[in-house]
Amino acid sequence: MLLELKDVTLMYGRIQALHGISLSVGQGEIVALIGANGAGKSTTMRAISGLRPVAQGTITFNGEDITKLRADLRVVRGVSQSPEGRGIFPGMSVRENLEMGAYTRRNRAEINEDLDRVFTLFPRLKEREKQVGGTMSGGEQQMLAVGRALMSRPKLLLLDEPSMGLAPMLIQQIFDIVVEINQQGTTVLLVEQNAQQALSRAHRAYVLETGEIVKSGTGAELLTDPSVKDAYLGVA
Amino acid sequence: MNFSGLIQDFGPLTITGLAQGAIIALFALGYTLVYGVLRLINFAHSEVFLLGSYACLIVWGFFGLDQNSATPSTLSVIGLLLLGLVAAIVISGITALGVELVAYRPLRKRNAPPLAFLITAIGASLFISETVGVMTQRNIKGVPPLIQPRDVFVIGNMHVTNLQILIIVLALMSMFLLDRFINRSRLGRGIRAVAQNPDSAALMGVNKGRVISLVFLLGGLMAGIAAVMYDLKIGVTRFDAGFLLGIEAFTAAVLGGIGNLRGALLGGLLLGLLQNYAASLFGTEWLHAASFVLLVLILLVRPTGLLGESLGRARA
Repeated sequence: MLLELKDVTLMYGRIQALHGISLSVGQGEIVALIGANGAGKSTTMRAISGLRPVAQGTITFNGEDITKLRADLRVVRGVSQSPEGRGIFPGMSVRENLEMGAYTRRNRAEINEDLDRVFTLFPRLKEREKQVGGTMSGGEQQMLAVGRALMSRPKLLLLDEPSMGLAPMLIQQIFDIVVEINQQGTTVLLVEQNAQQALSRAHRAYVLETGEIVKSGTGAELLTDPSVKDAYLGVA
Repeated sequence: MNFSGLIQDFGPLTITGLAQGAIIALFALGYTLVYGVLRLINFAHSEVFLLGSYACLIVWGFFGLDQNSATPSTLSVIGLLLLGLVAAIVISGITALGVELVAYRPLRKRNAPPLAFLITAIGASLFISETVGVMTQRNIKGVPPLIQPRDVFVIGNMHVTNLQILIIVLALMSMFLLDRFINRSRLGRGIRAVAQNPDSAALMGVNKGRVISLVFLLGGLMAGIAAVMYDLKIGVTRFDAGFLLGIEAFTAAVLGGIGNLRGALLGGLLLGLLQNYAASLFGTEWLHAASFVLLVLILLVRPTGLLGESLGRARA
């Protein structure tokens, strides 16, 4: 397993946000984490990327215990996150934002290669290369956040709500790109409210409810699971 | 109010104000850099400046120079200036790093509230200035006359001296280099990233602790240069030399838009000019009172400062 969480609990002050989460992501997979607002999806992501310290449990990445590792060092190990709310640098140009994604890397030739790759995935970003991040539309910022996360050449890409606030056509497009990125060899852990899309694209998925994993299975299994259908897929 | 005096002396007041403002601006950068990254007013920055203002005097003392010495030859002056600058920069830089390490970092590790930082900031400031006060018996220390002010050119009644040119050129050069560093280099980009979005910066692999040390260091270097310029201009220093100038520099940073490098430059120069114009208009004894009233008026119109943006958001 590339990533493994064992009984991870996490506190926000005195409120327990995660109640002993265990999940795993294998090399080459797309794994989705679905659940309602406030179920702890983004919190789980923050625990994995190191933005929030966990109270108990362990996080193992690529065979190494990273539970207590600083967030910036996890990037060096190969974990990259496109955060909830995009988190782009508003005063930097598109180009600078992407360069920030490659902050830990020194090989200029490889960085340029990856810039080309991101610009191929998101031609829109190439058009906007010099524009300041803060002035871009939500959809463009989302592309920028995903593209930036790719710039570290991650082993594991964490995507937190990549479809949030996007028009339906763009949602399709973003998921197509996620699959494409995965096919190019990057493992993906995806958090989504858009369960329909997430489950139909993911190899496996977990359902999170109030800080606990209540169900897991292949994407196809969960898509047809009656309780999942009821709770997350609406009347289809 | 003496309007005819202001108009008549406008030229000389302007050049004096610019030289004074250049020193304030260099000093102000330290406040603005740290604030941009930590949202913290480092009140101990005035003592970072203070120790720089003594460091160069101590080095010049090694060469047997004091305020009663004769001005050395031009070649020695250049060498002495460089040595003095290096000493001040090193000591100010170390002081800034030391303050961060001792007074702020332990609090950050414990997630202390902002007020705790304010207290340790004031504490560190008082501790350093009082220690210097005790060690110097609170006496003033004279500066060797390395540069005898001499007119380089005269326009009307405006006499521009070699010292004024040195101060303004050195300040602008330092700020230009700092600006380039922040906006063009990889580390500079890391600083801006932390200023704009600390969480995202961590997700990019930026070591926040190192960025914080770096901004304290950069602020210290600039304060060191300002300190040497101050010594040469004023001719004396004292244990409380950082205090009033520190308030002025802090004000300049807020005036330009705290967190904004170019704002510090603009705020510093403007404050230097305002002080000199106010002194002429209302009399020297009203210098600070009048210039601060003007500052309050400016802030009423532009509450976020003239350039208004934070370190990261200020593009280019």
